[in-house]
Amino acid sequence: MINAQGLRKVYGDRAALDGFDLEVREGTVCGLLGPNGAGKTTAVRILTTLLRPDGGRAEVAGFDVTRQGGQVRRSIGLVGQNAALDELLSGRQNLELFGRLYHLGARRARVRAQELLERFGLDDTGGKPVRTYSGGMRRRLDLAAGMILSPPVLFLDEPTTGLDPRSRSEVWKAVRDLVAEGATVLLTTQYLEEADQLADRISVIDAGRVVAEGTADELKSGIGGDRLDVVVRHAGDLGEAAAVLERIAGGAAEHDPDTRHVSVPVRDRIAALTEAAAALKSIEIEDLAVRRPTLDEVFLDLTQKAEK
Amino acid sequence: MITDARWALADGWTVARRDLLHWVVQPASAIFGLIFPVMITLVFGYLFGGAVAVPEGANYFDFLMPGMYGMTMLFGLSATMVAVTTDASKGVTDRFRSMPMSPSAVLLGRSIADLLHSALLLVLMLGTGLAVGWRPVNGPGQAMAAVGLLLLLRLALLWAGIYLGLLVRDPGAVVAVQTLEFPIGFLSNAFVAPGSMPGWLGAIAEWNPLSSTVAATRELFGNPSWGGESWVAQHPVLMALVWPLALLAIFFPLSVRAYRQLERR
Repeated sequence: MINAQGLRKVYGDRAALDGFDLEVREGTVCGLLGPNGAGKTTAVRILTTLLRPDGGRAEVAGFDVTRQGGQVRRSIGLVGQNAALDELLSGRQNLELFGRLYHLGARRARVRAQELLERFGLDDTGGKPVRTYSGGMRRRLDLAAGMILSPPVLFLDEPTTGLDPRSRSEVWKAVRDLVAEGATVLLTTQYLEEADQLADRISVIDAGRVVAEGTADELKSGIGGDRLDVVVRHAGDLGEAAAVLERIAGGAAEHDPDTRHVSVPVRDRIAALTEAAAALKSIEIEDLAVRRPTLDEVFLDLTQKAEK
Repeated sequence: MITDARWALADGWTVARRDLLHWVVQPASAIFGLIFPVMITLVFGYLFGGAVAVPEGANYFDFLMPGMYGMTMLFGLSATMVAVTTDASKGVTDRFRSMPMSPSAVLLGRSIADLLHSALLLVLMLGTGLAVGWRPVNGPGQAMAAVGLLLLLRLALLWAGIYLGLLVRDPGAVVAVQTLEFPIGFLSNAFVAPGSMPGWLGAIAEWNPLSSTVAATRELFGNPSWGGESWVAQHPVLMALVWPLALLAIFFPLSVRAYRQLERR
C-alpha cells in the first residue's frame, strides 16, 4: 500500500532524507521509529503530498505521490503534527467543515460528523470549542477527522507525543480499532514502546534513511535482549565476576574498570538473576540488576552498525 | 475544467464559511475588530478635528470620512496577513493541502472571507459617517462607484497580505506590517494635504495608492478635497483603478506561486 524507493529531500547542504526506502503491506501497521530530526516527518510529508521529494519515487495506494497527488489525497488520512484543527470551532463544526471539503455535501457531512463523534467518544463534548479540549480528546478528534472518508491508508505522525499515559492508551485503543477494520497505517514515533504496542513491523530511521527493519522482537533480539549488570566494589574482582557471569549466561561479558561494571546478555532474566546472586556471594558487589534494552541502546546499536 | 472551477468556488465558500463561523463563535473579538475603525474615526473627528486644517469652508467629517474609509481598507492588509500566517503555522493549511479538495480553494476562501469582512466593516463605517454628519451629495450611483473603488483597493491589499503571509513564517513580521500601516496612512491625503508636506514627502504622499482611492472617493461622494497640481492628483478616479489593478497583477500571481512553493519547504 505504501512503497517508497530512494527518497531524497535536501535543505541547503543538509539531507533530511537520504535514500529512504519503505514498504508497507496492505492491512498492516508500520512503525517508523527514530529520534527528532531523523526524517520521520519529512517522509510523512512527502508520502502525503505536502512536500515534493528532490529524488526517488513513492507510491501510496497505487498512486504516484508527485504525479497523482489528487488520487493519493483521496486515499489517505493524515493525523498528527502536520494537520491541525480549527481551535475556535467545536469538534462537530471541525468535522462538518472537513466533511464538506471531502465533498460529502452538507447533510452527509453532518451525519458523518455525528457518527465519528460517537465512535471516538466525543459525543458529549462535540459542541465545545477545540481549544478547551484535553490533549487526548484533541488527538481523538484528529483521528476522527482523518477517518471521514474511511481512507484505506492512514498516516499518524507522532500521535501520542506530549500526551499523558492515560490519553496515550486512549489513542492506542482508537488506532487498534481502526487497524481491526483493515486500515493500512504508517505510524511515526519516538517511543519504542508505542511501536511495540501498535506496529506489525518497525523501520528504524536515522539521518534520513532506514537503518533496520523487522518486528519488535527481531529488532530487540538483534542487540541481545535483556542484560545482567553487576557493579563490584573492588576493581580487582572484575575478572572473577566476569567469569562467573559468562558461565551463567553462556555469552561474552563486557567490563569497564573505571565504573567497575560488568554486563552480559541473558535469556531467562529471573533464573539468571537468582543464579548470579548465589554465585557472586564471595565477591563484594554494589549493584545487581537485569534490564531490558532501552530505545537508546537499540538505536545506538543500530546506528553504530549502520556506520560500519 | 468546469467541474474544477465549480469545486474551487464551492470549496472556497466552505473555507470562507469557516471564518464567518468564527465571528459567530467568538463574537467579542469580531465586535472589537469592527469597533476599532469607528473608534479611530471618533478620536480623529472629535479630538483632533478642531486642530486640523481642512479644505476651505468644509465640514470636518465631510472631509475626514473618505480618508477613514480608505484607512479601514488599509488595515485589512495586516488582518489578512495574520490569518494566513496563523493557518500556516498552526498546520490548518497543511490539513487542507492533504485533502482532496480544490487546491485553489484555500486562497479563494481567504479572499472571500476577508472581502466580506471588509464590506461589512465599510457598511458600519458608512453608517458611522452618516451618524456624525457626513453626507454623500452626488447621488447613489456615484456613491456606489466610490464604495466599489474602496473594495477594489481592499481586494488588491488582500492579495498583498496573502503573499506576505505566505512569505513570512514569523509572527514578528506581521507586527512590523501592522506598525507600518499608520505611517503609510498618514503619508497620504487621508488626513492632511500633501501640499503642506516637505516637497519630496508630498510627492510620495500623492503617489501613495491610498491617496488616489481617497481622492477618488471624495470626488465621487462630492466631498471637499485638496485638489493638487500634479498629474496623479488631477486623475484620482483613473489612478484609483490603475493602482489596485497593478497591485493585483503583481500580488495575485506571486501569491499563487508562493502557495505552490509550500510543497518545496
